[in-house]
Amino acid sequence: MANELLNVQGLETRFKTPEGLIHAVNGVSFHLKEGETLGVVGESGCGKSVSMLSVLKLVPMPPGEIVAGTAEFKGKDLLKMTNEEIRQVRGGQIAMVFQDPMTSLNPVMTIGKQLEEPLMLHLGLTKAQVRSRSIELLEQVGIPRAAERLKDYPHQYSGGMRQRVMIAMALSCNPQILIADEPTTALDVTIQAQIVELVIKLREQLGMAIVWITHDLGVVASIAHRVAVMYGGFIIEEANVKDLYKSPSHPYTIGLLGSLPQIQAQTRQRLYSIDGMPPVLYKKPQACPFAPRCKWVLERCWHENPRLEPVGEGHRVACWADTKSGSER
Amino acid sequence: MTEDKIIADQEVNRESMEAPSGDNFMLEEAHSDRKITRLERWLGPENYRILRGLVKTPASIIGFILVFIFLMVAIFAPVIIPPVGRDPYKMPRDGFSGEPKPMGAEWKRNKPEIPFWYKAVTGKDKWVHILGTAQGQYDIFYGIIWGTRTAFKTGFIVVVATVLIGVIVGSIAAYYGGLTDNIIMRFVDIFMTLPYIMMALILTSVLTPVLGKSILPPLIAMISFGWMGYARIIRSDILSIKERDFVLAAKVSGVKNSRILFKHILPNAIFPTLVLASLGIGDVVLSFAALSFLGIGTQEGYADWGQILSFARNWITSLDRYWYIVVWPGLTLVLFVMGWNLIGDAMRDVLDPRMRGKS
Repeated sequence: MANELLNVQGLETRFKTPEGLIHAVNGVSFHLKEGETLGVVGESGCGKSVSMLSVLKLVPMPPGEIVAGTAEFKGKDLLKMTNEEIRQVRGGQIAMVFQDPMTSLNPVMTIGKQLEEPLMLHLGLTKAQVRSRSIELLEQVGIPRAAERLKDYPHQYSGGMRQRVMIAMALSCNPQILIADEPTTALDVTIQAQIVELVIKLREQLGMAIVWITHDLGVVASIAHRVAVMYGGFIIEEANVKDLYKSPSHPYTIGLLGSLPQIQAQTRQRLYSIDGMPPVLYKKPQACPFAPRCKWVLERCWHENPRLEPVGEGHRVACWADTKSGSER
Repeated sequence: MTEDKIIADQEVNRESMEAPSGDNFMLEEAHSDRKITRLERWLGPENYRILRGLVKTPASIIGFILVFIFLMVAIFAPVIIPPVGRDPYKMPRDGFSGEPKPMGAEWKRNKPEIPFWYKAVTGKDKWVHILGTAQGQYDIFYGIIWGTRTAFKTGFIVVVATVLIGVIVGSIAAYYGGLTDNIIMRFVDIFMTLPYIMMALILTSVLTPVLGKSILPPLIAMISFGWMGYARIIRSDILSIKERDFVLAAKVSGVKNSRILFKHILPNAIFPTLVLASLGIGDVVLSFAALSFLGIGTQEGYADWGQILSFARNWITSLDRYWYIVVWPGLTLVLFVMGWNLIGDAMRDVLDPRMRGKS
C-alpha cells in the first residue's frame, strides 16, 4: 500500500454572513495516497471547493472560519502552520487549478511573467533557467511555439489554452498534490476531453496525486481511482470508482447516477431527477441532510445523522437505510 | 449605385480595416497572431487600449493641445519674458502707484531684456505692458507667463502627494479589510466632512507664521485635505480586483501578500485613480488661486494667477475701465483648468466598461 500523503480528519468550516452562520463543511474526513486520484463529486454548494480551500487555509478569513479538524500533509498539520510555512507549501508541494481560466490569469501580466512567479518563489532558479523551464512547461501542456507565446498576454490565449497555462503554472514546481477545482466546467466538451487527457498524461509522467473536484460524473469515471460524494457539507459515500458506479449505496448517489442521460436508452422517457432542493446550511444538520429528498427515508433519518460506515472493501456509506433491501441497516 | 459611390464605399471599407471598430476590433483582439507594438507591450493591453482611445476623442485632443501649450509656456518662460532680478517668480514692478496702467502703456522701470520675438510680434523697440499692470504696477503678462510654472508646480506636487497618500491609505484599508479597513475609512469620512477650502485656509494661516510666507503652506494645507477621494476610489477598486480568481491563483502559488498587492492588484486597480488625478490638477490650481485670491499663502508679488486676480479686488467697482486685470489671468486659469478637465473627461469615457472594444 502506497504512503498516505494527505489525511484530513473532521474538517469543519463555517462562514459568517449577515443572514447567519453558514455551515459549509461539517466534518469532512478523507485521505489521499501517493499517485492516487480522488474524485470529489457533488452539486453546487455542497462544500467541495470550500473543503479543499480550507485544507490550504485559503478560505477568506473573515468571514470564513475553520472550526475543527486536522489536515496532515506528510505528517504535518497544514491547519496549524503559520502563514509563512503554508505559503511554502502552496504552489510548491500542493498546487491548485481553478474553474474559470478566463479570470484566473492576471490580465496585465504576460503569460511568461506569471509562469515565472512560482518558479522564482519556490525553486530559486536563475533567470535563464526560469526561462527555459517556462518554455519546457508550456510545451509539456501542449502549447505550440512556446518561446514566442511567453510574451503574450492572457487575452491572446483561448479558454482551453489558458487552462493549459494554469495547469502548467500549477505543475511548475513538481507538486505532490494537484487540486483541480472543476477545471473543465467552464470549457466546452471537446476541450474538456483534451484537458482530461492532458492531466492523465501528466499524471503518468510526474506521478503526482490529484484531487479532482467536479460535478461531471463522466469525467470522474475516466480520471479518478476513488470517488467521494458530498452532500450538505458531508461526505456521504466513498468508494473505488468501479464499485461506486456498479453498486452505489447511498440514495443520493443512486439518484445522481440515475439522472445521467443514457445513450442506449430505448424508450423516450423523461430524464430522472431528484425531487426537492439541496439544503440551506444555516443550521448544522442534526439529522441526515438528504432525508427530505430521500425515497428510502426511515423514522431514524429525521433524528440522527448517520456516520460513514464500511459496506465493502474501501466502500463507505453514511446512510441508515440499506438501499438494496429498503430496511434499516 | 453610381461608380463614385462604390469607390467611396470601398474607401470607407478600407478605412474601417485600418482602424478596427466594434466587432471587428473584438475579432482582432481574439486573434492570437495580432501584431503587438512595443508600446502595447510596455503598457499592457488594457492601458494601451485606454491610451488609444484617448488620442482619438476630439475633446481630449483639445485638452492635450491646451495642456501642451501651457507646458511649452512654462518651459520656455525665460525665453518669452526674461526674468527680472534675482527671483524669477517675483513679478517686476513698474513703480508703486496703486492705479493699474492700461494695456500698451510704456514700461519704465525694472524692464526685462528684450527677447528675440518681441520686435517681430509687437513692432516696438521698447517693452510695454502688453496686458497692462495690476495694482502696485505688477506686469500682468509677466505674471501670467511665470505663473504657468507656479500652476504646474502646485498642481503636480499636490496631486502626486495626494495620490500617493490616498493610494497607500486606500490599499492598506482594502487589502487588510475588517477592523483596519473600518478604522481607516471612518477617519477618511471625518476628513471628508470638513469643508475643504475652509480647512485649507485655516491650516495655511496657521502654517504661514511657522514656515514663512511662501508657496509651501498652501501646498501642505491642500495636500492634507485633498487625499481622501483617491483613498476611497482605490479602495473600492482594490476590493473588486481582490476577489478575482487570479488573485486567488497567485495566493495558491504561494506569492507573498505584498507582492500580490503591488504586482497583481494595484496595476489592475490604479487607472481610475489616475483619471481622477488628471481631473484633480485643474481643481488644485483653482483652489490654489482661491487661496491666493483670499490673500493667504504666497508673498505679495509672487507670479501666480490667483494673486494677480486678487489685485483686482479693490477695483471691482470700476471693472469697465480695468477689466484687463481680471480677464487675462481669469481666462488663463479657465483654459488651464479646462484643458485638464477635457483630458480627464475623455479618460473617464474610455475607462467606462460599456465603451469597451468601441474605441
